[in-house]
Amino acid sequence: MDTAFAERRRRDLIVAACLAAIAALVPLFVKDVYVQNIMVLTLMYAALSQSWNILSGYCGQISLGHALYFGLGAYTTALLFTRFGVLPWFGMLGGGLISAAIALALGYPCFRLRGHYFVIATIVIAETALLLFQNWDWAGAALGIDIPVRGDSWLKFQFTRSKLPYFYFALVLACIAWFVTWWLEDSKWGYWWRAVKDNPDAAESLGVVVFNSKMGAAAVSAFLTAVGGSFYAQFVSYIDPESVMGFQFSLLMALPAVLGGIGTLWGPMLGALILIPLTELTRSFIGGSGRGVDLIVYGALIVLISLARPQGLVGLFSWHRKEAMR
Amino acid sequence: MTAETIIQSLASGLLMGLLYGLIAVGLALIFGLMDVVNFAHGEFLMIAMYATFFLFAFFAVDPLLSAPLVAAALFLFGAVVYLLVVRFAMRAKANAGMVQIFSTFGLAIVMRGLAQFFFTPDYRSITHSWLGGKTVSIAGIFLPVPQLFGALVAIAAFGALWFFINRTDFGRALEATREDAGAVALVGIDKNRVFALGWGLGAALVGLAGAIMAIFFYIYPDVGASFALIAYVTVALGGFGSVFGAFAGGLLVGLVEATTALILPPSLKSVGIYAVYLLVVFVRPRGLFGSL
Repeated sequence: MDTAFAERRRRDLIVAACLAAIAALVPLFVKDVYVQNIMVLTLMYAALSQSWNILSGYCGQISLGHALYFGLGAYTTALLFTRFGVLPWFGMLGGGLISAAIALALGYPCFRLRGHYFVIATIVIAETALLLFQNWDWAGAALGIDIPVRGDSWLKFQFTRSKLPYFYFALVLACIAWFVTWWLEDSKWGYWWRAVKDNPDAAESLGVVVFNSKMGAAAVSAFLTAVGGSFYAQFVSYIDPESVMGFQFSLLMALPAVLGGIGTLWGPMLGALILIPLTELTRSFIGGSGRGVDLIVYGALIVLISLARPQGLVGLFSWHRKEAMR
Repeated sequence: MTAETIIQSLASGLLMGLLYGLIAVGLALIFGLMDVVNFAHGEFLMIAMYATFFLFAFFAVDPLLSAPLVAAALFLFGAVVYLLVVRFAMRAKANAGMVQIFSTFGLAIVMRGLAQFFFTPDYRSITHSWLGGKTVSIAGIFLPVPQLFGALVAIAAFGALWFFINRTDFGRALEATREDAGAVALVGIDKNRVFALGWGLGAALVGLAGAIMAIFFYIYPDVGASFALIAYVTVALGGFGSVFGAFAGGLLVGLVEATTALILPPSLKSVGIYAVYLLVVFVRPRGLFGSL
């Protein structure tokens, strides 16, 4: 391992620890509930985008159907809690495992597909799941599930008085997603994935088991995404198929990584930090009229950034410039 | 379920399938030319429907007469989108695929926002057009006239497109640019011009479809989204890049949708389309008529 790379990784870890510590202190100064709400969403999307980035960025298998795993996580937690009284912590774990298992089952046939055939398959599968959930009466069908308030505690993962516990959980989630990526980046998996992304045929000929690499990326990515979904269900305490499994979630998970820098360690974080507050602010300040100005601003921004900086915004930071240009 | 209901719904599925083919063929044409998937394709359909609606509402031009106008307007629009957005997306050195997806997708969001801003989110429809609401009975099967007309236009458009690609100079330039864009520059063909014309043509075809759809479908800012996914599935089913594949894919999608609606509740009718797509590509990863 060349020393420059090891040096960069050590610096990444230190920067991440400092940023996490600063982020943990922010709520001491920011008391406004509206702003805190945006901070929770920003951290959640950072975690989700980081998870998406593992499969689509590092391994190069572009999924526009991750809403499926997000929704499965949300539904598993909500259904176990409302129908069987199972604590959300177990629902979170269960949802993650179910999603990982489904990702493997779907990956088996889907990873034979390449390019746009694969992308469309991911969209179509998530849309099918959405339609099935909309027609599944036991799971609340199109009306969804109202998660009843049973207390205000970490045990039940419900907080009625303050948003802070959600904030700290989202922060931990984002840190875990970042750390998993950091750790995998330098593992054999990380090297396999980048080889598979760059040239699957060459990777195969050099002994990388392309299919298994993709399956591994899919399972990790789906697990983390589902945990994010479980968290979201507890955070908003009401879910319906469209609001947790709709196509817009698949996009919202992909966009931060794309804008920040796809297949990079910091891209999803940076992208989420810019995109999510911007989305929320345009929605509440100019979107209230219902006249679509928020969409115009948002869409124009996506066009401009993707054309002006195809390698992502992360390249603006010096010690990652080389990586982003690769 | 009687034999008549089955034949009846298969017949309307066939008509709808031809229209799906017409919606999708522009996408297939552009992809075949330059390997780019236009993620704003549904929004092209949406503005064509609005154009038809406003020509009808303000100038009382029947959709039958405005269809060529709308197609011409969309031709210009498609060429402009290529020159202003896609041309630059093609230059991306890093993450080329992603840049194409998200630049056209961002454009789709802008177009939806603009439609909401200028046209409001209200549902609109064209009432009392020449063909609207009429049905015709052929051998005991009742067919809606607008869809029947649309199916005939779709067949004519596919015929014209086939002639155009195979029998005209521009068609040959298109084919040559698709084969090797670098080499055609050497013989004096401007790549950008061919691509702009390809985008114009693709947009004109979806414009034609939009003008016909406006006769019998509600018009609202998000209308494109519901047809866009069907169009992508149609193109992928037929095989990316294959114009004939889009035609065959459209027919298959229309028939599968009609069959699913007979068996499952109407809200699940798209599930059949999605299932058939997955089945086809799992067995044949390049679609029915696509090349590897």
